[in-house]
Amino acid sequence: MAKLNMVQAINLALETEMAKDESVIVLGEDVGRDEGVFRVTAGLLEKFGESRVIDTPLAESAIIGTSIGMALAGMKPVGEMQFSGFSYLMVHQLEGHASRFRGRSLGEWNVPLVIRMPYGGGVRALEHHSESREGLYSTIPGVKVVIPSTPRNARALLLAAIRDPDPVIFMEPKRSYRAFREEVPEEEEIMEIGKAQIVQEGSDITVIAWGAMMRPAIKAVDEIKEKLGKSVELIDLLTMNPMDGLTVAESVKKTGRCVIVQEAPKTMGIASEVIAQINDRALMYLEAPVKRLTNYDVMTPYFGREMNYVPGQENIYKAIEETLNY
Amino acid sequence: MPIKEVGHYSVSYLQILDASGNVDKELEPKISDEDLLALYRGMVMGRAVDQRMLNLQRQGRIGTFAPSTGQEAAHIVPAFLMNDKDWFVGAFRETGARLLRGETITQTLLYYNGFEEGNKRSGNRRILPVSIIVAGQALHAVGIGYAMKYQGEKDTSVICIMGDGATSEGDFHEALNFAGVWNVPVVFIVQNNQWAISLPREKQTSSKTLAQKSIAFDIPGIQVDGNDPLGMYVATKEALERARTGGGPTLIEAVTYRLMMHTTADDPKKYRQDDEVEGWQAKDPLIRFKKYLEDKGLWDEQKEEALQGATKEEIDAGVKAFEEFTELPPEACFDHVFAKMTPELEEQKQDFLKRKGS
Repeated sequence: MAKLNMVQAINLALETEMAKDESVIVLGEDVGRDEGVFRVTAGLLEKFGESRVIDTPLAESAIIGTSIGMALAGMKPVGEMQFSGFSYLMVHQLEGHASRFRGRSLGEWNVPLVIRMPYGGGVRALEHHSESREGLYSTIPGVKVVIPSTPRNARALLLAAIRDPDPVIFMEPKRSYRAFREEVPEEEEIMEIGKAQIVQEGSDITVIAWGAMMRPAIKAVDEIKEKLGKSVELIDLLTMNPMDGLTVAESVKKTGRCVIVQEAPKTMGIASEVIAQINDRALMYLEAPVKRLTNYDVMTPYFGREMNYVPGQENIYKAIEETLNY
Repeated sequence: MPIKEVGHYSVSYLQILDASGNVDKELEPKISDEDLLALYRGMVMGRAVDQRMLNLQRQGRIGTFAPSTGQEAAHIVPAFLMNDKDWFVGAFRETGARLLRGETITQTLLYYNGFEEGNKRSGNRRILPVSIIVAGQALHAVGIGYAMKYQGEKDTSVICIMGDGATSEGDFHEALNFAGVWNVPVVFIVQNNQWAISLPREKQTSSKTLAQKSIAFDIPGIQVDGNDPLGMYVATKEALERARTGGGPTLIEAVTYRLMMHTTADDPKKYRQDDEVEGWQAKDPLIRFKKYLEDKGLWDEQKEEALQGATKEEIDAGVKAFEEFTELPPEACFDHVFAKMTPELEEQKQDFLKRKGS
């Protein structure tokens, strides 16, 4: 298999699953003829036709609301929010219905749907196009929130999301969509939702990141190894909720130190929950306070300034160094 | 350049059995005696369960619920016309319709006493649980309609019921819009009971009718006397036939009245006049329908007494079964967050059990 970028890898996952399972359909704004504003759904309309690749009218609540109905009636809809910044209009359908059908019927009904949405900054887009709100979605019981970081895990996680019997919010770091390529194996790969991945093993400190923050984190970790000769364990969280607190805690027990890198604002974010998980499971193993390197509690500035706020390789390097020296 | 007229629209009103129970012979539908009686029984049951629930609520034996007294024709007639393949997607003021679609009195009481067990039913009866959020369910109905069409199910439809307040919500408009574009087999029934809690119909929308909202989406719409069981029968039957034969969605505005409170937690005396309520009491769908059956020689006081007795017995049995459900395990909620329990939830469940000392 050739090297793919994340857009191609996600497209491959959609195509594979649609070819395999007729109940899988794709719907959203401009996903058909326009092939999605990021071309994620390229070629699908041609292959699967209008009844399976639906260009919907412009209405986010309806995209997920009708997906809920389809899912209740035996289909596997994969809805697209064109940008996560437009997804708030559908939150009531997600919280009020998608997340609750299983619980309100004690398991009699379930809503196996996936809502994909590009999120995060770094593509010089307009207002509302750059936020990272994974923390918001992760507060809803019954909803799984998944964030891939590379083409390979994007395909493997999306396949898992489509086959998952529960509603999954699949947030795609759009800054990473075309930033790099990766070998994606020919044979089908599935990654388990709810499991963090140890990207690289180490013994001196644990660094945790996800989504677009993985790339600068990897670079910073390499730099730490090179300059300080320290051994860093790097964890890609991959699923925000349900969070894999066990893997995180096991790593921190081993290293005694931890830095969390988050693109989203500081307060009530995923990093806060990671710290709470460490507190619950590994507090007595800590040799330094857990550091969270995050954006600030400000509205994401327009793109002229936005990257000043997002943690970068240099900030991550410093945070690791400080925590090592504590 | 002259101004051209590009559209001309009208809204029809249908009433077959007038407020005094006199039938318009020309419009009278052909319904078998057996069906007429079954329909009446369904409406009587809906009313009687409503009254009993009010008693139970006032005694503190169940929680808050939304009474449907006075609106029986608007939702029970459509439920009666559904077949086993049709889907029922309701709101929260259609208890009688749910009973007719196979829900039991016991389940209803369990639900309104705060137990999710009330939403469980054996087998797939194609009836979605109560939807408290206003208008959200309309989109589910459209999705189900799409799925039916996509999966090639023939002769299927979805009945989606809402109140007049729902027409102010974005989801209502999104649902009608999608339904029209997708041409899905959904019959939207708006029970216009004149009040959305304390907001009167005139302040809900400046539209003269709710039926005319269909015009914007180019789907058929009609206003029906929602307290006229025969009018509801004809309008719903036509809409169901259209849906089942590929003709797409319909919007029916059922003009009715909520004779009681919005929910048992609400006091309507704060916002509406008694004489308004009295005026609508005279248009009671059950009184009208009974008179119609009597005029046809199908009904008399003796039969009425027997039916009331049998209904009471059935409700008594349902209440008894409900009251026998005393020990419902509180930890059930942990088991149905996700299909498979996560380690975190398993820990939380154990903590919960420890906290409550079991």
